[in-house]
Amino acid sequence: MSPPGRQPLLEVRDLRKHFPIRRGLLSRVSGWVRAVDGVSIDIFPGETLALVGESGSGKTTAGRCILRLMEPTAGAVRFDGQDLLALGPRDLRRMRRHLQVIFQDPYASLNPRMRVGTIVREPLDIHRVGRNRAERDAMTRGLLERVGLDASAMRRYPHEFSGGQRQRIGVARAIALRPRLIIADEPVSSLDVSVQAQVINLMLDLQEEYGVAYLFIAHDLAVVERIADRVAVMYLGRIVELGTRQEIFKNPLHPYTRALLQAIPIPDPTRARERTVLRGELPSPAAPPPGCRFHTRCPVVFEPCATLDPPLVEVAPGHWAACHLVPGPAGGASRP
Amino acid sequence: MANVLEVSDLSVHFATERGTIRAVDGASLRVAEGETLGLVGESGCGKSVLALSLLRLPPPPGRIVGGRIVFQGTDLMTLPEKRLRHFRGRGIGLVFQEPSAALDPVFTVGSQIAEGLIVHKMMSRAEARAEAVRLMNVVRIPDAGRRVHDYPHQLSGGMLQRVMIAIALACRPALLVADEPTTALDVTIQADILDLLRQLKDEYRLSLLLISHNLGVVAETADRVAVMYAGRIVEEAPVRDLFAAPKHPYTEGLLRSVPRLGEPARSSDGGRRRLPAIEGSVPDLTRLPGGCSFHPRCPDVLSECRTRDPRLRPLTAAGGDPAARQVACFKHHDPDGRPR
Repeated sequence: MSPPGRQPLLEVRDLRKHFPIRRGLLSRVSGWVRAVDGVSIDIFPGETLALVGESGSGKTTAGRCILRLMEPTAGAVRFDGQDLLALGPRDLRRMRRHLQVIFQDPYASLNPRMRVGTIVREPLDIHRVGRNRAERDAMTRGLLERVGLDASAMRRYPHEFSGGQRQRIGVARAIALRPRLIIADEPVSSLDVSVQAQVINLMLDLQEEYGVAYLFIAHDLAVVERIADRVAVMYLGRIVELGTRQEIFKNPLHPYTRALLQAIPIPDPTRARERTVLRGELPSPAAPPPGCRFHTRCPVVFEPCATLDPPLVEVAPGHWAACHLVPGPAGGASRP
Repeated sequence: MANVLEVSDLSVHFATERGTIRAVDGASLRVAEGETLGLVGESGCGKSVLALSLLRLPPPPGRIVGGRIVFQGTDLMTLPEKRLRHFRGRGIGLVFQEPSAALDPVFTVGSQIAEGLIVHKMMSRAEARAEAVRLMNVVRIPDAGRRVHDYPHQLSGGMLQRVMIAIALACRPALLVADEPTTALDVTIQADILDLLRQLKDEYRLSLLLISHNLGVVAETADRVAVMYAGRIVEEAPVRDLFAAPKHPYTEGLLRSVPRLGEPARSSDGGRRRLPAIEGSVPDLTRLPGGCSFHPRCPDVLSECRTRDPRLRPLTAAGGDPAARQVACFKHHDPDGRPR
């Protein structure tokens, strides 16, 4: 799946995160929620890979496992060739310099008791960047100005800022150490549209300036089309389709990807809706359907879908899909 | 066409320690019979407060301080509380964004649908129960006969929103007010619920006031659109006119900043195309700027915008019906209300 001759910055192989369901007085494990169930992705330096899916797809859990904010059940995560899952706390901390995060909710992700200057300076303090506090303060001012905030923001508290401004503070903190990869978990979905655009533009500009790569976790495909180089679509803990932005938006192969694209309301009243409405609900990840996980809602379900689990196969160079209706090319490799 | 609902100059204020918040500040709108009016605005613009105030239930400590609300010819503002109850549920049905917060966790969904039928329609328990099952079928809840005994926590968000719609429909209201009915739902579920609302509107000959921040949802569902900013309606137009040629700079900015599918992400020279944004952010409602509330963010600001407050006025260019298109902006009218 890798463009030849390039080394991925991040390699995720067969990542799994299963949560135990505990019942009764002795909290015996009575089942498992398979939130992430075999996810493999690569992210190349300077690119944006969007991980899209609806609630319960496992996209947020996958992001947290990659950062080791949560310990995965199984799988491998290599960053710049190093196995992140094998790192001890000290080495992990050192590694996190290169691997930062932006959270969805700018109201919950900034400590309300800390001044904005301290929040943004904290990563610089932890990693002892610069010679002294004064130097770090100067850097912090520069960072705040870079994200479009006045340096006077340093002395103020998060509650004094609007949602969009808080998300800029989150971005300033994330870029403080000049990371090579930022995992952004729904960074604009709690913002109003007029403000959303400001934050997306800021992220695009920073990518151009610093060459940072993004794992952009999102559910809004219209936003994803603007920011992503490649897109991975998740459904019930699995990747069902993966490809370049052009391929996913112009030539979606998986029926779920198609339904997701068709479901987006179009801000143009003259356009007629052509839409296959998906009936039914997302099944519980504690009891995913046998065979293809999407078969209970699939508009083109046929006989093998209920029993056979389709593998993710490379249909065209760099375009992968997991669906029985999508034949692989002759000799097409299926993912290990 | 007769209007089901006419709201004029409605103001709802919140007294807080930091000063008075004018959440709704002289807003006027109308919903015609069988029509869907989309009320669009960003967070904090007052659209939800307006919706709740229609039944004189503004969220505390909000107080309706002025205006008129006429529903099917009856002035709801002067109606005694006891007679107003008749309209709650029966005349106007409400659907909220968070069905899990609006439903009572200790009663089955069936009994919550039946409650209104027993109170307003004097049905017996058995009749109401049977009607609840029928309504659950109408809102496409599969296996309704069994699900009627479920508690809210046993249902998904999409199913709970269907239950909310069933409750709102139970007493055959003339107007359904849906406040961000699909915002908490996934897109595939959203598509299904919007489809359901459109179908019910035709079947039940409902009028719909659809409140949403999502311009796509409004474009697909509404006949007419009112745009709200900082407590005011700043523009009102038939849906096609509004999207084809927005007149208020705020509406223009809002429409431009929505990412749309199929737009190229790169320009011809290969560089990233930036999304047009509206600079700044929604103002603090306790410290609204003088003049037009939008003027600090407006790209077309004129000198009068800083001092005078534009009123919503008809756009004469709209042709026949003088009320067809309205806008509150000095680009289109001078401060004395003369067209420019």
